Amino acid sequence: MTPAAGTTMAQALNAALRDALDGDERVLVFGEDVGPLGGVFRVTDGLTAKFGEDRCFDTPLAESGIVGFAVGMAMGGFRPVVEMQFDAFAYPAFEQIASHVAKMRNRTRGRVELPIVIRIPYAGGIGGVEHHCDSSEGYYAHTPGLKVVTPATVADAYSLLREAIDDPDPVIFLEPKKLYWSKAQVALPARTEPFGRAAIRRPGADATVVAYGPAVPVALEAAEAAAEEGWDLEVLDLRTIVPFDDDTVVASVRRTGRCVVLSEAAGFGGVGAEIAARVQERCFHSLLAPVLRVTGFDIPYPPPMLEHHHLPSVDRILDALDRLQRDDEPDTRYLLAGGVA
Amino acid sequence: MTDRHQGGRPGPLLPSERPVRFLTDGGTPARGRHPYPEPDQELLLRAYRRMVVGRRFDAQATALTKQGRLAVYPSSRGQEACQVGAVLALDDGDWLFPTYRESVALVTRGIPPVEVLSLLRGDAHCGYDPHRHHVAPQCTPLATQTVHAAGLAYAERRKGSGRVVLVFVGDGATSEGDFHEALNFAAVFRAPVVFLVQNNRYAISVPLERQTAAPALAYKGIGYGVRSEQVDGNDAVAVLAVLGAAVAHARSGGGPFLVEAHTYRLEPHTNADDATRYRADAETEQWRRRDPIARLKAYLRRSGRLGDDEAAAIAAEAEEVAARLRAGMNADPDLAPLDLFAHVYREPTPQLAEQRALLRSELQAEEVPA
Ligand SMILES: Cc1ncc(C[n+]2csc(CCOP(=O)(O)OP(=O)(O)O)c2C)c(N)n1
Repeated sequence: MTPAAGTTMAQALNAALRDALDGDERVLVFGEDVGPLGGVFRVTDGLTAKFGEDRCFDTPLAESGIVGFAVGMAMGGFRPVVEMQFDAFAYPAFEQIASHVAKMRNRTRGRVELPIVIRIPYAGGIGGVEHHCDSSEGYYAHTPGLKVVTPATVADAYSLLREAIDDPDPVIFLEPKKLYWSKAQVALPARTEPFGRAAIRRPGADATVVAYGPAVPVALEAAEAAAEEGWDLEVLDLRTIVPFDDDTVVASVRRTGRCVVLSEAAGFGGVGAEIAARVQERCFHSLLAPVLRVTGFDIPYPPPMLEHHHLPSVDRILDALDRLQRDDEPDTRYLLAGGVA
Repeated sequence: MTDRHQGGRPGPLLPSERPVRFLTDGGTPARGRHPYPEPDQELLLRAYRRMVVGRRFDAQATALTKQGRLAVYPSSRGQEACQVGAVLALDDGDWLFPTYRESVALVTRGIPPVEVLSLLRGDAHCGYDPHRHHVAPQCTPLATQTVHAAGLAYAERRKGSGRVVLVFVGDGATSEGDFHEALNFAAVFRAPVVFLVQNNRYAISVPLERQTAAPALAYKGIGYGVRSEQVDGNDAVAVLAVLGAAVAHARSGGGPFLVEAHTYRLEPHTNADDATRYRADAETEQWRRRDPIARLKAYLRRSGRLGDDEAAAIAAEAEEVAARLRAGMNADPDLAPLDLFAHVYREPTPQLAEQRALLRSELQAEEVPA
């Protein structure tokens, strides 16, 4: 089905849930307001009507309870897909996620699997008031045993969610709120690359911008603007933070010799820092400039009228490019081709 | 809005005013009214056997800890009626969700003792196969397992399996949010789960008075619409009677049931604890006189169910279990360091594969003499 006007990311996620519920009766969807209302972002719209109260249902308002209940249901043979209403409201469930969801397979030496998907609308850019805009990916990515997935395109939203539901491991599925209404012409069911493969969203030769989730469109916009300044940027979309695709990132940076890591989250101790460290470890001899990060500030997420100062912008990315020492250095391609420095 | 939300009195949910008991502290029949029939004598004799074996196991585990064979051991001594009663109230297919303190319950369930102690010995987080024994891994983050129990019970209900889940929780853990979320989820989804609160009066050093201002922990079920009861947890007859009713209630579709068992841990919290810092010897002494094994033994002796030969056979069986445990625990476990990477995900990520290779080369370097 391809609506003429295109499909939104929210619709693609909805279709993924519908198709998964259709295809496997062990799949259940539950959480707060996901039933008749269809979720506050309408991602579960129509699922209760189509599949009934047993397959898509509202729970008491208790996030730890929701995730803990999912643990028990998964032990009992179901495949729960639960929704946390917003990023910051998943924190009550953090103990369940970190101590049980992430560790059950390991604790039981593979005897107990927890095929659970925890969907979390996350990050900012929608004018949300406090506690509605956190970029919480770092907490999950730092927790061994979790897969951490975040789509940036409509087709990926569908495909990655289907894969998450089929995955034998627990998946934290982070949905960039500001992309819920982004549209594309896609024929569903769409299947894109599997977990653990980054996508080259824009090939380029001068520098690699590594982005994920809500930062990907910003990176692409920056690449357009940078082209006018003579930069040919390559934009990578990680798609899955865990598992991490070192190969694609490393191959790209070795080719371009320069790297900017883009992330909406606070920079200190974050996923962006991890990526920068990995690039530096693996590409040191190909680097023509330090690896730079463009991230949110190390502040609690700002109020709506100030968020644009915090979010990594095209301008901030262009400023980072200025610090990539291109003028001080011989042409990259010349250096690699002829070795004459 | 359904009828049950129109207000009214919680009459049918309320626990008995006093803990249900069948036996006095001395093991003679107790007076007092309650609706529970006495469990049959054969079951009581089985309970006695398992309690004696459990206590011997517990003493052996404590001794092995002193010899450095276990990293830590939280003793069940004094709580055998609860631990054994819980297991005997269930069918083999029913699920148990234990905490770190439930070693005796797990041995009673039939899990090999060395597998039960893996966590505490330190060779694995969980030594047994949960699906095989229908026993979840022993849980240390307090009360977190109660929500799993509710979820699994609901899964069983959805599958129509007729299976019931019993989850153990301590008095201290009833203050944790997850305990309340679990009661609420279980009630709303009519999950067949029995919450067994072993109120042994202390959470490490913190006494019950600091955990709750409620008249009894059993009242914590009422606000969630959960039928609740309190029982003398050192009276195995009462524990079996009340848990039997609770399990039947859950199995027949009545939803969750909360049982508070009043008991006492006779040993410190773990071998690493010093109980003299927070409780008086006189108090412990008083609870020794209510010992669950001595009480049941006196009762079974008086009723003629337990003869000398039978008692001797049970004592011999307990010694055998202890000897097997010593032998099992004195053999060093097989450790496989590279398995540290095997079960983080079903398939290791490329990063884990790299780290595994690193550890392997470290291990190989250790093997080759310099
Ligand atoms: C969430 C959490 N907080 C603290 C601890 C540390 N801790 C371990 S046992 C314990 C006391 C628990 O008391 P209770 O629930 O009454 O059970 P008991 O040990 O008496 O069986 C504490 C505080 C823990 N394991 N988990």
